[in-house]
Amino acid sequence: MVKIRIDGRSIEVPGSSTILEAARQNDIYIPTLCHHPKLTPFGGCRLCIVEIKGMPKPVASCTTQVAEGMEIATSTDAIEDIRKLVLELILSDHPNDCMVCEKTGSCTLQDLAYAYGIRENEFSGERRTYATRDGNPFIERDLEKCILCGRCVKACDEIQGVEAIDFGYRGFKSKICTTYEEDLDCEFCGQCVAVCPTGALTGKSWKLQGRPGGSLREVDTICPYCGTGCNITVHVKRNEIVRITSAEDTANEGWLCVKGRFGYKFASSPDRLTSPLIRRDGAFVEAGWDEALDYIVSQLGGIKSRHGSDAIAGLSSARCTNEENYVFQKFMRAGVGTNNVDHCARL
Amino acid sequence: MSNSTVVRVCMGPGGIAAGGKGVLDEFEKCLSEKNIQASVRENCSSHQVGCLGLCARDVLVEVHTNGAKTTYQYIKPDMVERIVTEHISGGQPVSEWLVDDAFSAFYKKQVKVVLSDVGKVDPEDIDAYVAAGGYESAREALTAGSPRDVIDEVKSSGLRGRGGAGFPTGLKWELGRAATGDIKYIICNADEGDPGAFMDRAVIEGNPHSVVEGMIIGAYAIGASKGYVYIRAEYPLAVERLKLALHQATDRGFLGKGIFGTSMDFDIEIKLGAGAFVCGEETALIASIEGQRGMPRPKPPFPVNKGLWQRPTVINNVETLANIPYIIRNGCAWYASYGTEKSKGTKVFALTGKIRNPGLIEVPMGITLREIIYEIGGGIENDKNLKAVQTGGPSGGCIPASMLDLNVDYDSLARAGSIVGSGGMIVLDEDDCMVNMAKYFVHFTQTESCGKCVPCRVGTKRLLEILTRITKGEGRTGDIELLERLSAGIKTASLCGLGQTAPNPVLSNIRYFRDEFIAHVRDKKCPAKVCREMLSYRIIEKFCRGCGACLRACPGGAITGEKKKPHVIDPGKCIRCGACFDVCKFKSVEKE
Amino acid sequence: MNKILHEILDAHRKKGGNIITLLQGTQEAFGYIPREAVAFFSEELNIAPSRFYGVATFYAQFRLKPIGRHKITACCGTACHVKGSDKIINGLKRELQLSAENDTTVDGEFTLEEVACLGTCSFAPVVLVNGSVRGKTSSDTVVKEIRALRKKEHE
Repeated sequence: MVKIRIDGRSIEVPGSSTILEAARQNDIYIPTLCHHPKLTPFGGCRLCIVEIKGMPKPVASCTTQVAEGMEIATSTDAIEDIRKLVLELILSDHPNDCMVCEKTGSCTLQDLAYAYGIRENEFSGERRTYATRDGNPFIERDLEKCILCGRCVKACDEIQGVEAIDFGYRGFKSKICTTYEEDLDCEFCGQCVAVCPTGALTGKSWKLQGRPGGSLREVDTICPYCGTGCNITVHVKRNEIVRITSAEDTANEGWLCVKGRFGYKFASSPDRLTSPLIRRDGAFVEAGWDEALDYIVSQLGGIKSRHGSDAIAGLSSARCTNEENYVFQKFMRAGVGTNNVDHCARL
Repeated sequence: MSNSTVVRVCMGPGGIAAGGKGVLDEFEKCLSEKNIQASVRENCSSHQVGCLGLCARDVLVEVHTNGAKTTYQYIKPDMVERIVTEHISGGQPVSEWLVDDAFSAFYKKQVKVVLSDVGKVDPEDIDAYVAAGGYESAREALTAGSPRDVIDEVKSSGLRGRGGAGFPTGLKWELGRAATGDIKYIICNADEGDPGAFMDRAVIEGNPHSVVEGMIIGAYAIGASKGYVYIRAEYPLAVERLKLALHQATDRGFLGKGIFGTSMDFDIEIKLGAGAFVCGEETALIASIEGQRGMPRPKPPFPVNKGLWQRPTVINNVETLANIPYIIRNGCAWYASYGTEKSKGTKVFALTGKIRNPGLIEVPMGITLREIIYEIGGGIENDKNLKAVQTGGPSGGCIPASMLDLNVDYDSLARAGSIVGSGGMIVLDEDDCMVNMAKYFVHFTQTESCGKCVPCRVGTKRLLEILTRITKGEGRTGDIELLERLSAGIKTASLCGLGQTAPNPVLSNIRYFRDEFIAHVRDKKCPAKVCREMLSYRIIEKFCRGCGACLRACPGGAITGEKKKPHVIDPGKCIRCGACFDVCKFKSVEKE
Repeated sequence: MNKILHEILDAHRKKGGNIITLLQGTQEAFGYIPREAVAFFSEELNIAPSRFYGVATFYAQFRLKPIGRHKITACCGTACHVKGSDKIINGLKRELQLSAENDTTVDGEFTLEEVACLGTCSFAPVVLVNGSVRGKTSSDTVVKEIRALRKKEHE
């Protein structure tokens, strides 16, 4: 542990922390766009610069480690002027179409523009213009809104290990690129979408369905797809799921897979089974739950008495929880009396 | 040696560009022809020498005969035979082709340390370098003293990094020595990216072994077992000569296992740059050697602790390393006797631009700009007036003509708002526009920005846009102040040295030539008549002979006129390219 | 192509190397970086192809499109700039009908490259025609040479 002073406050933090981490642990706010607590530091947005006593120039707090006795000022006039300048520069190369942007309300860039009161921009000039053309059904990439913070590249590499995207070109022409700038072709896990601080990466299925904080109701629940049990937040509009996100302070740290993040449409699909069906005379006929369970019991019982327990096999699903799968095998072994039990994930 | 005849043909970049190979071949041909009749073969040899410095007078040829040296300038292959006949056989130099007084003035004020063997030893022959005392410093350092001794010697010499920043070399090595790691690296930064600078190229092409020897000594001092030379692919001859030098040094046991009979293992590998100015920045250079995009990493950790593959790494510039063998050989006191209190030794500059004698020069630190420009450089080309001297390239600034007596050293130049930089020195005359120069450098840094941090990526773009509109006559009130505010922000907030210094040319040009900026913004005039959009061309009727040269040269079809009658320019069609102005032999095209 | 790619890969495996050296080898062999090369190296070395693309677009040396038969290299260094390299470049662009996006003529005969400083500042302005130096040159002189090269092709 080392003792440092931030904005006059004496605090004690682990010696391995960066200044930004130390500040956050102690509820001291430093703005940043490119930093993400779960990804390696980048140091590109320059918003988190702070002054350290005895240093000739401000340093980026996200990449500078604390040291014993360090005296840090996070918000001097000079620092705030530079932050404002940097924000103006970012916004000078941004569509600024917050009115129709999916990210409005949950956009870090928008929040900062608000906090620094940036309306007029002295630095208007050329903007990067790109045609959007991704054919995939999941991720919308609007690279004009990209601020090149690199979070998506790091998430794709460090979290998912897919490396579908990387920085391309350099200078003002820099751009997040797939190989040869072809359409995105990856696992579509959407970790990149989750970490994007602007509206550059959004879910295609979210489009025009409502923005967080507005008319949407947020329901925290567990992802039904598999036994991992990721925490998800379901965004509901008029009793229909329109978006799924996951908070960073959960067991799964906010990371999801393509199914959990984008595969929610089944919930309100007209094709979805909502009551049991029993095949009668070659056709499925809707039945009540009691009727269906009675039917299963009588059929299993009949097979078991005629052919023995091992004539029955049970096949469970990866979409069940561990507990459910446990109960299922218990039922097969103890109830039915067979070890013929398996699971779709093994097939 | 006294009665042997040696012909030296400049085969540096300048010499080759001016046709040095043809001259060399012709000499060989002529000499061998003579040889049959006069049997002078055994006394004659042609060495390929490196850069003699005064490239503008290429092809330069030195004839050493009977203990005397004669230098010829502007030699073409068809002139060779006469030199061989009259001078080498006849003993009578061809007087009208000899170099003039300006040539000797070019050398008078120079002090050669790094360049002392350049042009004298054959860069492709290790024996020539060894005969001149080469590799003795390395042998002595490795066998007779400790790494500490080497570090102390370099520290006492006062040598500072010649790549631009001027960090004390001895101190860097001391930090490298102190750093812990299972393996340490020394890297020679030969990614000479400054436009208008070619010192490193000349050193490697002219005396590659001095760099190799410097690296060996440095590696010993810090405890490195592996060295890399990161060199621009745009310098094919330098790469070739360096490869050869490494090969020869390995054959001699100066590189490899147990070098100089000691227990030290040391190897050097060449890594070719792929064209990115930012890779001159240490952390970007490391990323590039690792095969990645050359994007700088935040410092600390500094490369000296966590560099190449996270191991301690010392990075020195070519010229810095090439100084080392001479410092060890002649002693730190000798080296420190040149220069000023805080800037010791000599510095190589590439003197170019509107100067009579452009070329490569080596001068003691602290020499005045006046001495460099008027004594060594011979003054301004075409009798124009000096306006400013640009030093430090895109990271530097300009020194106005009024400050000619400024000493050229790290601190004086920094106080004047520029830097020594890697050593480009571009002389500007009254025909150069300072707004345009600022724009040129910002354009350069803007295209070379790696794009990682916002101030550099977007900030330099906006700087360039503001400068561009000023040079187009579309400057707005407040633009100069806006440039200053933006520049200050970019300098403070950028991640690496490229961004932190990118606004320097803008700030320094505003500082010394604010009136010129005001003329552009307020009056929509370019006083130097450079900025195209603010110019208009007109043919002065009474001077025009109607020769039609301008009409033929005009790419826009803006000039009309009958033969032998005055022509006219249609301002609506004129694209202001200046082609007519350039071709007119009668000065009848006026621009304003 | 496959044979050459295998040779580059073998050299890489023997001598050690990285994405940059692989791309340099590829460009030396083909004059540009063909997509097939990236796919091949990525597959063989288990390095994501996006990394190759990122590196190839970062460095000025690498070309993603085939190069013209004749290469004109115009130096844009400071010394050349003050001696009028802009005029030369504009003149060449006009002659070759090139745009900001296209550095190679439609017929694939000429490629115009702009490079930062060739280090021959004493001869500014400098242009390389197929690698050989033309010092203290002008737009007219180079244009004449281009036309001569064109004529030669037609004969």
